[in-house]
Amino acid sequence: MLPAALEEIVEDFRLSPKQMRLEMLLDYSRGLPPLPDRYADAPEALERVDECQTPFFVGVEIHDDRVHLFFDAPPEAPTTRGYAGILAAGLDGASVSEILETSPDFALSMGLGELVSPLRLRGMSAILARIKRQVVTQTRATADG
Amino acid sequence: MPAPLDNDQKLARYAHPERLVTTAWLAEHARDPGIVIAESDEDVLLYETGHIPGAVKIDWHADLNDQLTRDYVDAEGFARLMSSKGIARDTTVVLYGDNFNWWAAYALWVCSLFGHADVRLLDGGRQRWTAEGRPMTTEVPTPTPTEYPVVPRDDTTIRAFKDDVLAHIGTGPLVDVRSPGEYSGELTHMADYPQEGALRAGHIPTAHSVPWRRAANDDGTFRPLDELQAIYLEELGIRPGDDVVAYCRIGERSSHTWFVLTHLLGLPNVRNYDGSWVEWGNAVRVPIERPGYPTPASGAAA
Repeated sequence: MLPAALEEIVEDFRLSPKQMRLEMLLDYSRGLPPLPDRYADAPEALERVDECQTPFFVGVEIHDDRVHLFFDAPPEAPTTRGYAGILAAGLDGASVSEILETSPDFALSMGLGELVSPLRLRGMSAILARIKRQVVTQTRATADG
Repeated sequence: MPAPLDNDQKLARYAHPERLVTTAWLAEHARDPGIVIAESDEDVLLYETGHIPGAVKIDWHADLNDQLTRDYVDAEGFARLMSSKGIARDTTVVLYGDNFNWWAAYALWVCSLFGHADVRLLDGGRQRWTAEGRPMTTEVPTPTPTEYPVVPRDDTTIRAFKDDVLAHIGTGPLVDVRSPGEYSGELTHMADYPQEGALRAGHIPTAHSVPWRRAANDDGTFRPLDELQAIYLEELGIRPGDDVVAYCRIGERSSHTWFVLTHLLGLPNVRNYDGSWVEWGNAVRVPIERPGYPTPASGAAA
């Protein structure tokens, strides 16, 4: 199961010709929203994703069962920024259960493997795994509290 | 017709100065006929965000590797690739890229497997070009296809396979160019890089650890000749006639060292083991050395 917005992105990629997919990834890279000031001033509030080949950070906030995502990756790493842009567009605002049910396999059906090499796709599932873990930790903390 | 050489003084001291150009030379000659500039990066999207005006893109994964077998493209595939990039057999190819020219050196090494005569690296690569504020563009050129000949790949001269490396143990210098943690077996991959699946950690017996980065200055350029000689000839004890093999994890960082040993120091018999640790660390019954474990018998295959 994928949230509708992510499902739509996956379909767009899957149905586009190869060269177009690269352009689309670049568009997501360019469209990645900048960090809000509260994170820009406190980088330790973000979690580093070690599986990505470049410095990459993710932050998660949950308000009224809606998950909001924040990413930071340098401009000289457009591929990683592109992954973040896809996850931001596809998952931001989804519910807690939608996030937790998102299968990491979606990256494989986007046709990106032949562009970026299957090995480099792992960064995407690693980011998703961190997001899920933060969601679990935060919802548990709320339930306990 | 080959492009003129860069007469820069630092380059002139290397054994094969014709294999390097400076950013200043490239800025002057970028539009010369007979030259094709090609960018080869780690990040598959970096070229699209901006590149040296006129440069084409060569992707290490999609263009240089066979998509089914773990191998490089064959002679027909290479000829198709060169033709599509507007490169003729006598074209001067100037390669540059991100990350200290790893993938540019890798592309240069692959071009050398097919005997392309005039292929050069931009000293300092993309990092130096952008640090100097030189022009970049997102405009992608549309090269006129060439009649590039179908030339067989020579896998015997500058390429080593696993069995070659087994036979090489104990007979000549073996250079492990990975990070110290990978060499000692604490890691099977670079820090901060994706785990690319080696089941065992350590290094090939007798290999010396000389991380590739020691050959580079912080600005991405190669260190001057005397400093390279101090590392590889004096410290490591490589003699000019030695048969040398370099390896890393998948063959990209060792392409950088292969370039240093072959073209900057002028060693005639250097091979790159492109199978590298991702093959060795998964192969059954090949000897591995690792601190805290018994040293395998020299040259033993099992």
